[in-house]
Amino acid sequence: MAMAFWREPLDSDGVHVTRGVVHIIEERCKGCGYCIAYCPRKVLEQSKSFNKNGYHPPAVKTDECLNCCYCQLLCPEFAIFSVEAK
Amino acid sequence: MTIQHPMEDLIRMDRIPHIWCSGCGTGSVFMACLTAIKESGIPYDEFAMVSGIGCSGRGAGYINIDSFHTTHGRAIPFATGIKMAKPDMNVIVFSGDGDLFAIGGNHFIHAARRNMDITVICVNNLIYGMTGGQMAATTPHGAKSSTSAAGNPETPFNLPLLAYAAGASFVARWTMLHSRDVADAIQLALNNRGFSFIEVLSPCPINYGRRNKEKALATLKNYHDNTIIKNNADLFELDIDFKRGVVLGNFINKERPCHDEQYGKIYHAEAG
Amino acid sequence: MKPAVLTGKHFINGDVACAEGAIAAGCKFFGGYPITPATEVAEHISERLPDVGGTFIQMEDEIAAMTSILGAAWTGVKTMTSTSGPGFSLMMETIGLAVVTETPCVVVNVQRAGPSTGLPTQGAQGDMMQVKWGSHGDYEIIALAPCSPQEMFDLTITAFNLSERYRTPVFIMSDEIVGHMSEKVVIPKADQIKTISRKKPKGPKHKFKLYQPGPDGVAPMPAIGDGYKVHVTGLTHDEKGYPVMSVETQKEMMDRILGKIRNNLDDIIMTEQYQMADADVVIVSYGISSRTSYTAVDMARELGFKVGLLRLITVWPFPDDLIRDLAKRVRGFITVEINLGQICREVARCAGNLPTFLAGHAGGAIVPPEDVLAILKEKFAS
Repeated sequence: MAMAFWREPLDSDGVHVTRGVVHIIEERCKGCGYCIAYCPRKVLEQSKSFNKNGYHPPAVKTDECLNCCYCQLLCPEFAIFSVEAK
Repeated sequence: MTIQHPMEDLIRMDRIPHIWCSGCGTGSVFMACLTAIKESGIPYDEFAMVSGIGCSGRGAGYINIDSFHTTHGRAIPFATGIKMAKPDMNVIVFSGDGDLFAIGGNHFIHAARRNMDITVICVNNLIYGMTGGQMAATTPHGAKSSTSAAGNPETPFNLPLLAYAAGASFVARWTMLHSRDVADAIQLALNNRGFSFIEVLSPCPINYGRRNKEKALATLKNYHDNTIIKNNADLFELDIDFKRGVVLGNFINKERPCHDEQYGKIYHAEAG
Repeated sequence: MKPAVLTGKHFINGDVACAEGAIAAGCKFFGGYPITPATEVAEHISERLPDVGGTFIQMEDEIAAMTSILGAAWTGVKTMTSTSGPGFSLMMETIGLAVVTETPCVVVNVQRAGPSTGLPTQGAQGDMMQVKWGSHGDYEIIALAPCSPQEMFDLTITAFNLSERYRTPVFIMSDEIVGHMSEKVVIPKADQIKTISRKKPKGPKHKFKLYQPGPDGVAPMPAIGDGYKVHVTGLTHDEKGYPVMSVETQKEMMDRILGKIRNNLDDIIMTEQYQMADADVVIVSYGISSRTSYTAVDMARELGFKVGLLRLITVWPFPDDLIRDLAKRVRGFITVEINLGQICREVARCAGNLPTFLAGHAGGAIVPPEDVLAILKEKFAS
């Protein structure tokens, strides 16, 4: 979904917006919830399933990840990272 | 095919999972440090990490470079020995507020005074976490701890002011929530020739948070809502007071000759 | 710029001779702190280290001094510090770190009378048990006791060699009298001085285990920056160097660290004997007290006592077997030391039922030979 513009910019067809693919290493997650709370695009939500330690890892809920890699930097468990979508 | 986390070459994967609690900020600061090391472009073998004792002190055990987990409070003199015997090493001290400023306080101020070319990252969780939550030199006045159950009668240090007054040439404070700023500050610190100090506020949800009725996400909300970024702040206003607003930023970045340069100029000049 | 080895005859005091010995041995880093009567070691070495491209730093306290030499040792260089009683007490925790991380270094203790501030300018030998037991936990160390400025030079080189060979801190247990006495010291030619350096690892770096012992029981030691990505910790660790908190790992680690020394006593223990062939009473002594004991032996022989001197050059590890063997053929032992009885306890432990006596006092001066004669007359008159 694109940003809501008052008027469509003339070159908006040519602008490339980076998209990211989120990878979650579920077994490492300790359920702190930081990535879910602070993703700038609100891409993540708590999953219904849980890992073998009983924590609910995050799950991707939208395709709006911009590959800012903030979750990768913030996660204290090294359990989430994003790569640029091809 | 599973893709690896991009930092795994810098992590001793055979020691993962690490010992830090759910919601502990040390892992975030650690990740910011690894990011800074990777983005610096400097070969990994030119780095050494030295830590003391405490939860943050375990960081040296997880980084995949030459690393030293030394005695309580003594990471900085150990780092000094490495730096002075091999000045081309990039030495990072990764430790906690109790280790660096209580038992290690004397070593901190002297390394700062000498402008020893090391980078000191202080994970400040306002408490002695690993030993169960005793009050530290950074614990807020009135806060509960296991050795101040009725409230801390003492007042904490203003760490950036202390570092600057002792002679540090790079001083910054961030929170682990501002991870990109932490990583950038560590990069600046690595490039700064001289004593670089970065205070990173970090939650200790179990040993500080539980006693002071502050859940981890609430601490992060504090970091988000009640902090002000002011890079040229007056160091005297850097007391930590979330009601007034905690000031964050890169405060001091002023190079002056560091110790190995000074020693070399006076004592190794004849050798050329 | 002077060379590392100042070949020739010198008239210098023990502290200066010790510093010269360190430089001759290849010491390249000294982290120190001033304390009477060891200050001259630091002062002299601060002037000499730049001659050999080395680095001196005066740290903010003795804990920092001892810790800094460990960091420097891991960069691959030979390191040393010097102190006296009060500083030695401060260094104890860090000495434990040196032992358990198997970091080679030399620590010089120019002993003065204690406890506490004591008699800062007057010698004693009251730290002899502390050097072995001062840090917490079980461990072995090597302690040498020079009896002259010449030995301060020679034994400092020996100390560096032992520390590099066994990857352990080695202690020079001197005293204020030897430290501040000036005597002739002959420094030989550089090629006549044998120096040993730590073994470096060979083989693929990713397979390397930091504490896996070689055939001699000692693990080769890489340097920071060589690409071995070492992890060094004071926590109980396995052969990789990683902390493992188990009873089994504690036992394995301690067996390895203690075994290094205990299985090599023949190489480490050095003693000297004087008039021992027909002796039936043995004086056991070390350091400055052994100097006065030579006189005591001569005086006693004049009086008809068959006395001999066993001088301990290596005080720790203690030569248990040597004392036990002597105990089979002599009537008793007198230990001469400037303290209220420290190494004499070791002698007594090994002497079985034989009478063992102490010629000593609380410190501040030598033990005069007359004190030894008094014991001989009272306890060993035939």
